[in-house]
Amino acid sequence: MGRGLAQTLDALRAQRGGLAPCRFDTVDLPTFVGEVQGVDEVVLPAPWAAFDCRNNRLALLGLRQDGFEAAAAAAAERHGAQRVGVFIGTSTSGILQTELAYRRRDPHSGALPADFHYNTTHNTFSVADFTRQYLGLAGPAVVVSSACSSSAKVFASAQRMMRAGLIDAAVVGGVDSLCLTTLYGFNSLGLISGQACRPFDAGRDGISIGEAAAFALLERAPTQPRPGDVLLLGVGESSDAHHMSSPHPEGLGARLAMEQALAAAGLGAADIDYINLHGTATPSNDAAEAKAVAALFGARVPCSSTKGATGHTLGAAGGLEAVVCALALQHGLLPGGLNTRTPDPALPVHYLVDNQQAAPRHVLSNSFGFGGTNCSLLLGRAG
Amino acid sequence: MTQTSPIPAPALTVFVQGIGLLGPGLANWAQGRECLLGAAPYQSARCVLPPPMALPQAERRRAGAVVKVSLAVGEEAVAAAGLRAATLASVFSSSSGDAVNCHEICSTLASSDRLISPTRFHNSVHNAAAGYWSISSGAMATSSVLCARDASFAAGLLEAMTQVVVEQVPVLLVAYDTDYPEPLYSARAIPDSFGVALVLAPGRSERSLAQWTLEADYLSRLPADRLDDPALEKLRQDIPAARCLPLLHGIAGRHSGRVVLDYLEGSQLALQVAP
Repeated sequence: MGRGLAQTLDALRAQRGGLAPCRFDTVDLPTFVGEVQGVDEVVLPAPWAAFDCRNNRLALLGLRQDGFEAAAAAAAERHGAQRVGVFIGTSTSGILQTELAYRRRDPHSGALPADFHYNTTHNTFSVADFTRQYLGLAGPAVVVSSACSSSAKVFASAQRMMRAGLIDAAVVGGVDSLCLTTLYGFNSLGLISGQACRPFDAGRDGISIGEAAAFALLERAPTQPRPGDVLLLGVGESSDAHHMSSPHPEGLGARLAMEQALAAAGLGAADIDYINLHGTATPSNDAAEAKAVAALFGARVPCSSTKGATGHTLGAAGGLEAVVCALALQHGLLPGGLNTRTPDPALPVHYLVDNQQAAPRHVLSNSFGFGGTNCSLLLGRAG
Repeated sequence: MTQTSPIPAPALTVFVQGIGLLGPGLANWAQGRECLLGAAPYQSARCVLPPPMALPQAERRRAGAVVKVSLAVGEEAVAAAGLRAATLASVFSSSSGDAVNCHEICSTLASSDRLISPTRFHNSVHNAAAGYWSISSGAMATSSVLCARDASFAAGLLEAMTQVVVEQVPVLLVAYDTDYPEPLYSARAIPDSFGVALVLAPGRSERSLAQWTLEADYLSRLPADRLDDPALEKLRQDIPAARCLPLLHGIAGRHSGRVVLDYLEGSQLALQVAP
């Protein structure tokens, strides 16, 4: 899709996606992926060399966009480095490093190569650890790893910690990178599409996996937010209590999460102007989400999944789609979903395939995941 | 991006309503309490993981060590608190996932036949234990699933205490780790399984076992508390989830005062505890 907000907005406006036939590593699956270009060329600065892996390279690429490093530094200056927390969502972190190391095991002892650093690469926490150290922050730090809801749920954790008075600002985000575990894993479940994924299409047949890094700096809102500021108005979180890898068939958990986000924001269904759907393009996920959305919003609210453009970026999806929603709010753009040729008539929602100019004030972003974990973010525009 | 909220800064105080414990030589909290008090000798022995009987049969078959240890301690803590698991929000925190499962996946992916099993894949997510917990208990409330490597217990405690105080609801915290097989063990030396579960509530009740308050300067440079018993101290250092033991030691002895826990590098977590 591109690097930074301007390129992302351009791509959304032009309805240009980033999915292409998979040429990642040695993967021999007939599928499309959303691979970020140039990740291999990123070099982590020497003090953080031990963190070197695809996921942290992708994180660094993200941190270097749009003056984010400077904004984080300014927040640390304003509040004190101990008062700025780091909350990052990822599902597979740097597991690719371990996958590659397993190809180089000692043929006699079975040992992994000496240059394999588990703690700073594969370990789920490494991306938050790297982000915290690289940005010079000293507040609480944690990775949220609840599969595909991870980087939506970081907003909830950061918001709570701010409300509790433990921090004044937070770097939140999601970083997930391509690896064989997810490609072959989703393939084993029969959930990978052979084409570029087609969310909410009558002919949808699975996901395309993507990778992304997305970050946001979260601070307490002033009494009078500046016009154009993006506000986190509510977060809803729930569990399906149903199945490890299939959603609740009626979308019950998804509905609970959206209801809670509305309640937390003190808003009603009529106040929502756009929904960025989870919309993975598997038959059952989209059906369950459509039931939940239709139950709450009918077919009034324009909604779309941007995964046709980005692929499913798994643990990074919540963060990435929060950024898409922020762009929608600031630029009055409701992005149409890519690759959807015939919206499924069995899914009773107002699915956008073309971009729409509008002036949304309140938008919802859905992220649901394996293990029946659901999170819905309600974002608004000040002014 | 900014978030709208008033700025109340309540004292972060929670009450411990129930405890679950399982680890090497530790079968439950009652036994662990005796060992921490010094009333019974602590003898390390391979952790015995009970089958997760609360799961439907299909899920029970698929459950790995991560699920077994976390469900066992979760059930013990919730029963002790006298609450219904179905109504509880939860926080699951682990220093890493199911390493046996990870080893199998990475071995398969490094072989000529890369077809991994669907069960292995869905057990590979960090929130496998939380997912199985939700299925077994019917809990539809939120579940936060965290990792902070060796700081995972303290990170989970911070998240749970924050939720209890901000949302004014009881929260189940489950922190757990399971052993690493070779060759991963050489890179991440976790020798055995350990799980601890705590039901934390916003108010005191007749079941309250302790009161914990986060200090105003909760990020502390003081060194983390250690345990006098060398075998228990070794356990505390060997398995990240066992970094909770100084807090449990305080409960066992009905201590009042400061407890400092290992957290992030150069930054520990300081709490005031009281019976």
